[in-house]
Amino acid sequence: MAEPVLGAAGLTRRFGGLTACDDVAIALRRGELHALLGPNGAGKSTLINLLSGDLRPSSGSIRFKGTEIAAMAPDRRSRLGIGRSYQKTNIFPAFTVFENARLAAQSRRPRPLALALDAARDPDSRRRAQRGLELAGLDEHVERQAGALSHGEQRQLEIAMVLATEPEVLLLDEPLAGMGAEESVRMVALLKRLSSEHAILLVEHDMDAVFALADVITVMVNGQVLESGPPAQIRASVDVQRAYLGQDGD
Amino acid sequence: MEFALIQLLNALQYGLLLFLVASGLTLIFGIMGIINLAHGSFYMIGAYMAFTLSSLTGSLAVAMVLGVVLSVVLGLFLEWALFAHLYRRDHLEQVLLTYGLILIFEELRSLIVGNDVHGVTVPPMFGGSIALGDTMTYPVYRLVISAVCVVIALGMYLLIQKTRLGMMIRAGASNREMVGVLGVNVNLVFRLVFALGVALAAFAGMLAAPVSSVYPGMGQQVLIICFVVVVIGGIGSVWGALAASLLIGLVDTFGKVLVPEYAGVAVYVLMAAILLWRPEGLFRRA
Amino acid sequence: MPRRLIAPLAALALVALFPMSGATFYVELTTKIMIMAIFALSLDLLVGWTGLVSFGHAAFFGVGAYALALLSPRAEAAGLWSSLGIAILAAAACALVVGIFVLRTRGIYFIMVTLAFAQMFYFVFHDTDVGGGSDGRYVNVKPDATLFGFTPFDLDKPYQVYYLVLAVLVLVFAFLQMVLRSPFGRALQGIRANEQRMRALGFPVTAYKLAAFTLAGALAGLAGYLLAAQSGFVNPEILSWHQSGNVLLMVILGGAGTPFGPIVGAFALTMLHEFFSSITRHWQLFLGGAIVLIVLFMPGGLGHLARRIRRNLFGGARDG
Repeated sequence: MAEPVLGAAGLTRRFGGLTACDDVAIALRRGELHALLGPNGAGKSTLINLLSGDLRPSSGSIRFKGTEIAAMAPDRRSRLGIGRSYQKTNIFPAFTVFENARLAAQSRRPRPLALALDAARDPDSRRRAQRGLELAGLDEHVERQAGALSHGEQRQLEIAMVLATEPEVLLLDEPLAGMGAEESVRMVALLKRLSSEHAILLVEHDMDAVFALADVITVMVNGQVLESGPPAQIRASVDVQRAYLGQDGD
Repeated sequence: MEFALIQLLNALQYGLLLFLVASGLTLIFGIMGIINLAHGSFYMIGAYMAFTLSSLTGSLAVAMVLGVVLSVVLGLFLEWALFAHLYRRDHLEQVLLTYGLILIFEELRSLIVGNDVHGVTVPPMFGGSIALGDTMTYPVYRLVISAVCVVIALGMYLLIQKTRLGMMIRAGASNREMVGVLGVNVNLVFRLVFALGVALAAFAGMLAAPVSSVYPGMGQQVLIICFVVVVIGGIGSVWGALAASLLIGLVDTFGKVLVPEYAGVAVYVLMAAILLWRPEGLFRRA
Repeated sequence: MPRRLIAPLAALALVALFPMSGATFYVELTTKIMIMAIFALSLDLLVGWTGLVSFGHAAFFGVGAYALALLSPRAEAAGLWSSLGIAILAAAACALVVGIFVLRTRGIYFIMVTLAFAQMFYFVFHDTDVGGGSDGRYVNVKPDATLFGFTPFDLDKPYQVYYLVLAVLVLVFAFLQMVLRSPFGRALQGIRANEQRMRALGFPVTAYKLAAFTLAGALAGLAGYLLAAQSGFVNPEILSWHQSGNVLLMVILGGAGTPFGPIVGAFALTMLHEFFSSITRHWQLFLGGAIVLIVLFMPGGLGHLARRIRRNLFGGARDG
């Protein structure tokens, strides 16, 4: 099996008395869509935040292509090639759609000393932004104010911004949350396309989407990994059914 | 040796007075999320109340009782009329409004009492000095200040740890959203805490008046030092404020003795060092 | 010509022609206002564009002013170009060092810590003999602008100072507009809007903030230098917390994060001051009262009000 691009071992994060993430191991590989399931409070978002650097682990190791990054700040991890989206839409609502993506793209070649350059005309960041918007299917709305987009479009913009940074790893926290049926279909298709070129970690509640998309599924309960493997194995697992799937009436 | 003891007592007295002002400030920050630049003005108002009321009534003690009542009323009024409208506003507007308040308070002070420096006589009961060792003496009133401050600090401890209001204060200081969730009357808690903060600052001003005399600009001096106290102690932490106040009292008092030219700078150097070491302050939250 | 440029250009023409009236007192007053406008523009880079509410910006203003006073020999002129360069560099260096400390904090903390650091600078100049203690120091002979044997202007002549300061104001304004459009400036605006997102996108946010803090400090130092050169006198009040509050007031009242807001604020606040103080000695009462009322009933400051009026007048086709 291919070497993981991003791998964690023994990853633990405590908040006071609560252990939100308890000795978790996970491996993300290029060309693989890895879905993370679990009831609310299972520690899924904490795990994403630990991998992206928004939270520091209490203990454990995170490796990106062999380099230890557990102590690295989120901006450095992003520059290494780890992109993330947020569960709550996290865009720049006052900027245009294009400027949101362009600013994201600018982070790859920041040019902070080019003070005389009009950033809006920088061909490099424009190109990357355009590509991200096209991939996410948002290239028709580029001049609209981001805050005025529909909820689903804002979720797409969130993805477009991550893609504009041209990451190798995508950490996606519930990209389908609150989307209408049609928007969901488009997003699922997009994720499918992206999974061949990226290593993706997907937190998602929509079971149909997860089982349709995922190459690997990890189920978390109470901060711990309950089961991890291909969809068929997860579907067959008695533990998972008892702990999680049963509650959904699946 | 006796000299050092005297300095130590001075440091204690200064630190404890600072605590009275800073504890209210840190609670208002921590619970209401408001930056109040006018907090130092309450100290100034207290000192000037001690001056005017004691010359009217002839007794500092009576002046203090009256002053505390008036400052509580002032606090309740200001919270109702102004600060209640600031909770959801951004810091910029809080800075702006409370800066405007400073100008108003200073100008009212100038209109009512004038711009001269005034002394306030120490109550005759505490007028004397006690001997420290063979050669040195120490004014009784300064010891009284420290003792009163300790009593108030103990009172605050009981209030915060043992009463229902205190429980809400603790909850609010550690998590502002919590107060609302507890289903209590948030507005009432805010109003009481604000009035308490005003009263504490004003009372500190009254206590200090006989020692420091009263003068224009005294409020701002205290305000900025209190900011340093809050930064060192940690926002919302009353016990952090106590520790930081005493620390600043020591650094400032001994700084003035050891490096007189740089004493003004010393407390800020202390703050800078703490910022490097613990940017969130010594005590995070009460 | 775009309509939104009409008012600023008309104002610029008015300011450029104004000295023809020959009212020297008002020429000097306007010079001072323009210096404060430069100072306010520098602060707005932090407050309005990066989202850093600094209550200690006067420290760097003061460092620029004191640099000229300290570099001026008792009975001779300092070289303008060298002393100006040193003043700006000194202010930038101070801002860089202070920035390293204060940028470890955010929100309310940041406001308090910047205020406290500025107070430290105040005490250095007030309590020690570095700059003449609380009495301050005179710049007995104005700096000499001679460059390669040619003297472009004479700082002893108020009208020449006026045009010099006007030129610097226009240059600083144009420079900041350029910076705000550059990748660096766009990143600052991103940080103001959503710091966490910028970090997740890969921007080293603290380094950007530190660069902005240093740049703003350098420009404040430039303004301070001009003040010392114009008035020929410095004292610790230049870097007092009142000064920091005053300039913050100009930025907020004029409209933080708008191109012309800080300039409008500098003129408005100084006019307000002149107007009230001509009526009463207790003018601060009215100023304070006006501020309180503005916050309570007019969130967003004068700039916001001006935009609202413009929208009502012109139907809102263009909105700054």
